Formats: sequence, C-alpha cells, structure tokens
Amino acid sequence: MAVAKAQALVPGLVVLDADPAADREGLDKLSLWALQRISPVVAADPPDGLMIDTTGADHLHGGEAAMLETMVEKFAQSGVDARAAVADTWGAAHAAARYMRLRTVIVPAGESKAVLLPLPLAALRLEVETVAALHTLGFETIRDLIDQPRPPLTLRFGPEIERRIDQALGVIGEPVDPIRSPELVEVRRVFGEPIGAAETIARYTAKLVEALCKELEQRGAGARRLDLLFHRVDNTMQFVRVGMARPVRDPRRLTRLLCDKIETVDPGFGIEIMVLVAIETEPLREQQAISSLIEAPEADVSDLIDVLANRIGENRICRFVPAQSDVPERSVARVSALSPETGATWDGEWPRPPRLLTRPEPIETMALLPDHPPAWFTWRGVRRRVRRADGPERIRGEWWKRDAELTTVRDYFRVEDETGERYWLFRSGDGEHAESGSHRWFLHGIFG
Amino acid sequence: MPHRVDRPVIAELRERIAHLESGAGRAREILPFGVPEIDRRLPGGGLALGALHEVAGGANGAVDGAAAALFAAGIAARTKGKVLWIVTRSDLFAPALAQAGLAPDHVFHAEVCDEKSVLACFEEGLRHGGLGAVVAETAHLSMTASRRLQLAAEGAGTIGLAIRRWRRQSEAGDFGQPTASATRWRVSALPSDPLPVPGLGRARWLVELIRARAGESADFEVEACDAKGRIAVPSEVAYRSPQKEVGRRIAFL
Repeated sequence: MAVAKAQALVPGLVVLDADPAADREGLDKLSLWALQRISPVVAADPPDGLMIDTTGADHLHGGEAAMLETMVEKFAQSGVDARAAVADTWGAAHAAARYMRLRTVIVPAGESKAVLLPLPLAALRLEVETVAALHTLGFETIRDLIDQPRPPLTLRFGPEIERRIDQALGVIGEPVDPIRSPELVEVRRVFGEPIGAAETIARYTAKLVEALCKELEQRGAGARRLDLLFHRVDNTMQFVRVGMARPVRDPRRLTRLLCDKIETVDPGFGIEIMVLVAIETEPLREQQAISSLIEAPEADVSDLIDVLANRIGENRICRFVPAQSDVPERSVARVSALSPETGATWDGEWPRPPRLLTRPEPIETMALLPDHPPAWFTWRGVRRRVRRADGPERIRGEWWKRDAELTTVRDYFRVEDETGERYWLFRSGDGEHAESGSHRWFLHGIFG
Repeated sequence: MPHRVDRPVIAELRERIAHLESGAGRAREILPFGVPEIDRRLPGGGLALGALHEVAGGANGAVDGAAAALFAAGIAARTKGKVLWIVTRSDLFAPALAQAGLAPDHVFHAEVCDEKSVLACFEEGLRHGGLGAVVAETAHLSMTASRRLQLAAEGAGTIGLAIRRWRRQSEAGDFGQPTASATRWRVSALPSDPLPVPGLGRARWLVELIRARAGESADFEVEACDAKGRIAVPSEVAYRSPQKEVGRRIAFL
C-alpha cells in the first residue's frame, strides 16, 4: 500500500521509516531481559520474535499457563502487544504464536501436528516467494502440503520446504544460538572426550564454580542467578538454573545448589562443553562480622533457604507478615523468606484459629437476632450443639477497596461444641439491617 | 534426672545405655515443658532436642490438625532460632501461630505439592542445623523415612516435629504403624471449664503420650498454649477468681 493511500484511509497517521538495525537491537535487549528472568536459553528470532527454551523452567514460574500470562502481561506494561505460545518445537511454537490469533497458546506435548494442520503456509517460516508460488499451485494450508510427495516439491523449490516441515514436527533438530552478553561472567570447559556420568559432571561443576567465584571476586560481585549449560554431542542443549536469595560467592554453596539439580540433566550420548554463567550478579563486599560477646549469634540460614527455593520453587518458600487489614483473609501478606525483619506482629487480643478455611463454608444454624451466637449449627452434615460461645467481634467491610463493601459487616463468634472442639463462625450482616449482608452463617476457621 | 532410681547399679547402667545411644558421647539436650507432671514422665525430663517427635490430632483433629498444630507451635516457640514450617495444604493461619509465641519474623513457611517433597524438605531442614525447629505436616511416615529424619535430627541437634494429618478420618489408623520417632503424641480437644461469666476460657486438651522411647506412655489433661507457647496443668481449685481478660470482652450466651 502506498503511503498516500494509507494516509487517506487513516487521518493523522504517523509515518516512520523502517529501521531494521534498531529493531534488531531492541530485540536483543528483550532477549537479555528474558534470559535473566525466564530461562537460560533465549534466542532472538528476527524480525519480530523471541525463542525461549522453557524446558524445566516453567515450574519456577507457576506452570506454563501462568508463565505465558506473566510474560505477555510484562510486555503489555512496557507497551508491547505480544503473543506467546508454548509447543514441542521452535517451528510449532513460532506458527502457533503468530497464526492462531490468541494471546497465549499452549500446545500440549505431542500434538504439534494437529495444531499445525489448519494454519496457513506462511506459518512454516518459508520465503515469501515460495509461499506465493505454492498459492499459485493451489496449496493454502499446511494440511494440503504436509502429505504431498516430497521429491517433486524439492525439485521445484529446493530443500527448504522439507526442512521446515520436519523442523516444525520435530523430526529433525534445530540448533539454537542462545544470546550472550559480554557483561556476563562466564566460564566454560570443553572436553576432548564427551562426559556423561553424574559424578564426572559434579566434579567439573565444582571446578567451574571455583573458576567463576575467582572471577566474581575480582569484580567484587556475588551471583544471584547461575546457569549451567551443557552442550551435548547431538547438538542440543541441556541446562540447570539456580537462584540465590542473596548474592553468594561461596564455591561450596554454589556447587551444592548446582549438584542438587544434576539428576534433571539428560547427558544423552555425552556432553562436550559445559558453560557456567552468572546471569544476575550483585555487588558483594567483604564485611567484618560483628560479634556480640554476650549471646551466641543467630545461625545463618540463607543457604538452606536457597537449597529449598531451588528444590520447590522460589515463590513457595516465604514468610507471612501482618498486613493492614481486619478482614482475616487479608490480614496476612507473603514476603520473600529473607526480606528484612520488621518485628511487626498481629495486634489484637482476639484469638485467631490455626486453621482458616480458604473459602468460608455455609452452615445451617439457629440463632437469636441480632447478636446472639447460634444455639447449634450443622457443618458438613454433622450437627453440633453450642455449649459456650464468645462474641460478636464485628469486622466491617473495607469500603476503600470495593464499593460493595461500604455497608457490609461480619460478626464473628468463637463457639465450643459439646466435645470441646472450637470453631470460628460468622454471620454475614449485623442482624438488623438488610444492606449489611445476607445474614447467612459461615464457618471460617477451626481452633485448636 | 527426676527418675526414681533407688539402686546405683541401675543408674549406672542407664547412663551407659544413654552414652551408647547418643553415639559421639555428646550430652543430649532437652527441652522441658516446664510442667513437672509431664516432664517427670519423659526420659531425661523433657523433649529431646535432636530427635523426631510426632503429633497427631484426635477425633476430628486427625483431619484438621488444629490442636496438634498449636501444640507443635508451642514447642517450636520455646526453641532458640528460626522455625521452618512445611505444609501441603495452605490452610495454616499465621496469626494463630503468633499468638502461640511464634513471631512472624521467625517462621519460614514452605508450601510443597506432594508428600515426597515434604519429607525431602523436612530432612534438609533438620540436617542444616541452624534452625531451632522444623515442623512438617505429613500424612504418611514410613519406618525408613522416619529413621532418616531421626538420624538427621540427631546429627544436627534440631528438633523435628511431624504433625500427622490425614485427608480422611478413616486413614488415621495409619498412626498405629511403627516409626523411629522418639515420642508420639495425640492432642484432642476437651470441654473447657465454664467461666463465671458468659464466654470462652482457655482451651483444654487431652494430651496423650502414646509412645516414648525409653519411657512409658501417659495421659495428661492440660490447658492450651499461652502467648509464650507454654502449656499448663489446670489447677484443681473449684472456684478460682475469674481471669483478668474476661472483664474486657463482650460476651453473650
């Protein structure tokens, strides 16, 4: 389309010259961002894409769906309208992200072919001329092309079509050239003979970590995130990524963290190159230890937190701290395990139950209005007579959070049944005004 | 040791056995409850620090594990150092732990997806040695697993508390299976003493010491943990003066 025509169609159209070099530079910056946050193997896929090998990295971001959502969300925040897809192969993910017209797509393992079939030929990453020529021949979708005899196609268009189809289906591999930045601290070791035994890998991991720590010491830095990449003889890559809550330069600790993950590495026919990269570093200076003569210093547990975080996922180990809210389910905030200690605790004399149901469960009760505890209640099919009770503790809705909470009220009661078990019940509503709640009863927690 | 040992020969033999058991000859550290009635029944006069202890809830507590969690929190609160609390279900309410003496700054919570990871994290925490206590909520604990945990606890001197909590009431029979833990407790709720005014007093538990290595089982009726994690034996006075907080509460019955 000519510029004049486009300007006629859209008033106030801004016209800029294409700048492929700047685009490429921007794409490289984006890939570095993804490298530090998502996965160790990231490659720019010019002109407009990123390729991220997420094998073994998705669980650290809460699963594939959550990972894609977060990525697209982060891009949207910085003004980039992105689409993301996960599939078995680079080709399939490339096609699904560009031609399925969804924000996020997850192609289940082994179903790449079924997903590819209805997509247009351009999804195969072919030259524009090849696609045009295939259109002339009557091929529209990948389904039309995929089962055609290969020799005539190769004879006419060269080996490209066959190669792209096979790459998309995962029949042949596709080497990835991951992006690297000169600022990253990197040590590598090339082996004359491929190695494969776990003990050998562990031994060389220790050697690499030692070399890396020396390098870090010169720079006065500690590692926050480390990648160990294994180049296998069959030209594929395996990797291990570990994160630290604080910058660390202790070879023993780093080796321990990396060696914990060796069992996830499949050496295949052997590993010929091992590369250890400090993806994220932070300044780490020597500090004088302050010793107090009176009491023994509190043991440092940051190494344990790192080990656990790398085993179960960084967001699964945390500390619960008070949040400014009286509504029970909002009164607890999660912070990272090693965030600074504030000494804050929940104030209030009212006892709180050790078990809080994620969702208050409706119960049947009989209670005098407006402010008596129930005489009995039925929860999960068991009827319990209330022997003793304490309350009500009135908690008002937080109108500054939602308009609907402007008038709502919860009246909490602690009740004890005949066997001595104690429960935390509440009535939604103050017992007098209909606008304060539904006046139904709920069980919210169990006391010990 | 407040054991009633009459003959010096027996005492000497006991000492030798204890020496053999503790391996390196390190004196075993003890965490007393501070309640003479309970401490007297435990070998060494309290809970052994470098050991694994199991706590389960009785009746409905086998599923919700509320009283067992508070009992464990009370023990953990009286140890020195940080506490690691490992769960599979996310219904633990941290303010209640704070009220049992576990300050929020001192507890790390780990939420894992399966029983296997619970045990792995449990062992890792015990082996580290820098923590005061490690608490894990788990349903199944095999002999092999508990033996590993016990050895890890012995090596590092950290107390391990396994809260046995099952998905269904019918699975609670699993608590009868033998494990290598040093003591085994069952905590169930008892009706509390009526107050002279409407309201709820301090909760009361029936704490059963089902098994104790080198000790005998016993039952205790105790009052639940206070703000420092201490349990108490209820006084026998029939009409004691009302508790101080009572006057401040609004209560209806």
